[in-house]
Amino acid sequence: MNTETTAKTSQLESLHRTSQRKKAIKNAIWVLAFLAPSAIPLLIFKIIPMFASAWVSLHEWNMIAPMEWAGFGNYTRLLTSSDTWAVFGHTLLYIAGYLPLVYGGGLLIAVALNQKLKARGFLRAAYFVPVVTSWVAVALVWQWLLNPKNGLINYLLSLVNLPQPGWWTDPTWAIPSVILASAWKDLGFVMVILLAGLQAIPQEIQEAAAVDGAGRWRRFWNITFPLLTPSTFFVVVISLINGFQVFDQVYVMTGGGPSGASRVVVSRIYDLAFRYGEAGAASALSWILFAFILGITAVQMYGQRKWVNYA
Amino acid sequence: MRKISLRSILLYLALAFGAAVMLFPFLWTVITSITPQGNLSDGPSLIVDNPTLAAYTELFDSIPLPRIIINSFFIAILSTLLQLITGSLAAYAFSRFEFKGKQFVFGCYLATLMIPLQVLVAPLFIMLTKMQLNDSYFALLAPNIASAFGIFLLKQSIDGVPRELDEAARIDGAGHLRIWAQVVMPLTKPAMAALIVFAFMESWNSFLWPLVVIRSPELMTLPLGLSYLQGQFTTEWNVVMAGSVVSIVPIVIVYLFAQKHIIAGMAHTGLK
Repeated sequence: MNTETTAKTSQLESLHRTSQRKKAIKNAIWVLAFLAPSAIPLLIFKIIPMFASAWVSLHEWNMIAPMEWAGFGNYTRLLTSSDTWAVFGHTLLYIAGYLPLVYGGGLLIAVALNQKLKARGFLRAAYFVPVVTSWVAVALVWQWLLNPKNGLINYLLSLVNLPQPGWWTDPTWAIPSVILASAWKDLGFVMVILLAGLQAIPQEIQEAAAVDGAGRWRRFWNITFPLLTPSTFFVVVISLINGFQVFDQVYVMTGGGPSGASRVVVSRIYDLAFRYGEAGAASALSWILFAFILGITAVQMYGQRKWVNYA
Repeated sequence: MRKISLRSILLYLALAFGAAVMLFPFLWTVITSITPQGNLSDGPSLIVDNPTLAAYTELFDSIPLPRIIINSFFIAILSTLLQLITGSLAAYAFSRFEFKGKQFVFGCYLATLMIPLQVLVAPLFIMLTKMQLNDSYFALLAPNIASAFGIFLLKQSIDGVPRELDEAARIDGAGHLRIWAQVVMPLTKPAMAALIVFAFMESWNSFLWPLVVIRSPELMTLPLGLSYLQGQFTTEWNVVMAGSVVSIVPIVIVYLFAQKHIIAGMAHTGLK
């Protein structure tokens, strides 16, 4: 009797186990089916070229003659050069100014334009236009706006008796000039992401809190902002990833000058690859930058549990 | 009659001022494009004497603009569609399935955003040359079939869709494909609309990759055309700016269409 029961339970257990295994296999097949359409093109057109560039980074290569093995020579040369630290410093300075400005400004506009307003559609479009314009056209306008002699901004500053900096012609103000123009251009990007996030917050929660007597500020800090953290997280991660790779605006606005004061990491990569024909060193510096960004993103991914609210 | 509060007046003033600041450079681009050639050296002025469309006719005469615009549209629309499909599938997988190494795989996806394009261009070019796919529509499209940016954006949005809705659909007999297509995706419309705008823009404005990979004039996209103009008309800024205007207008239109859905909100999505 007793043995019969044990036999039966073990039979049941093994049945259960096989059905679980079947379930796991089915699950794996679904995962593969959903991931393959994106994983295959990313693997071929991004990951494989990335590893190819890692291979190049271990060589001396001018993109014409055959590659020559250099081991970690490019890396040690770059990491001991003060120039590398300078361009990283400029990039960090850029991010320190850019991120708070673009996130704070974008949040303010998104919240303002999420209310029922007249001409809301027009205003949203207006704030988005800079995002779609090309840096080449825009850089000219900003050079003119920030012209130390006859630019509009210094003219306005002179009206209120504020000091008028030399902007992109002055080494101390070159990076702030780039920050200002970049924040202006990317504000609409942050606004759109945060608006999409705000739209996903059910109105009922807001209304319930209003009925309970919560004021605007309380509602924002206790309801809106916490529910917006997934979008905020996205904006911060993406802005840091892109911020470390800032290049176009520097290239067209200041050209890295005056006297190298606004040269950023990718400016250096660009010069190494396309000016001096040192593809190995350019790839090595890209991998140093990559390691840096990867580290920062990993810390954020790990830290998100502490502050990001998911449904 | 509702009383107009001081607060709302201040809000409108601030928003209108901000919008003016935002639109100013675009306005300046348009103004430069209609300024006659001879008046350009005087510097920008808001009121144009004798505005002219000469720059636009010169633009159409100097590059095969209709063909270039069709190319740009074709590639941008195709890559946007592909990114929406590949992106929403992957985002659903990362949000709704549990599997071993999920964090690692997601990390690999994100890693593709972290290396500057400038260094990927050479290996990618060599690879496509070996596959004999250079100088083709496929080459233009290849790096934009899937985008980790879009997958991340959609994943954040799907994470916000309550799982109770999946469960309810599953009890009704829906499988993963049905839940993906009919439950989850319709609820992430704002994020999908945002992705449409960014994917379209990315392809529309992409410059370095087409520059490297395209040789035939009939495969040129707009940024290539514009850079050709800049080389050709170094002092004729009105022509260059006319080209900029032509390149900006389509994306603004795409944005205006998508904007409706970004605004749409939960009222229309069936979630109460």
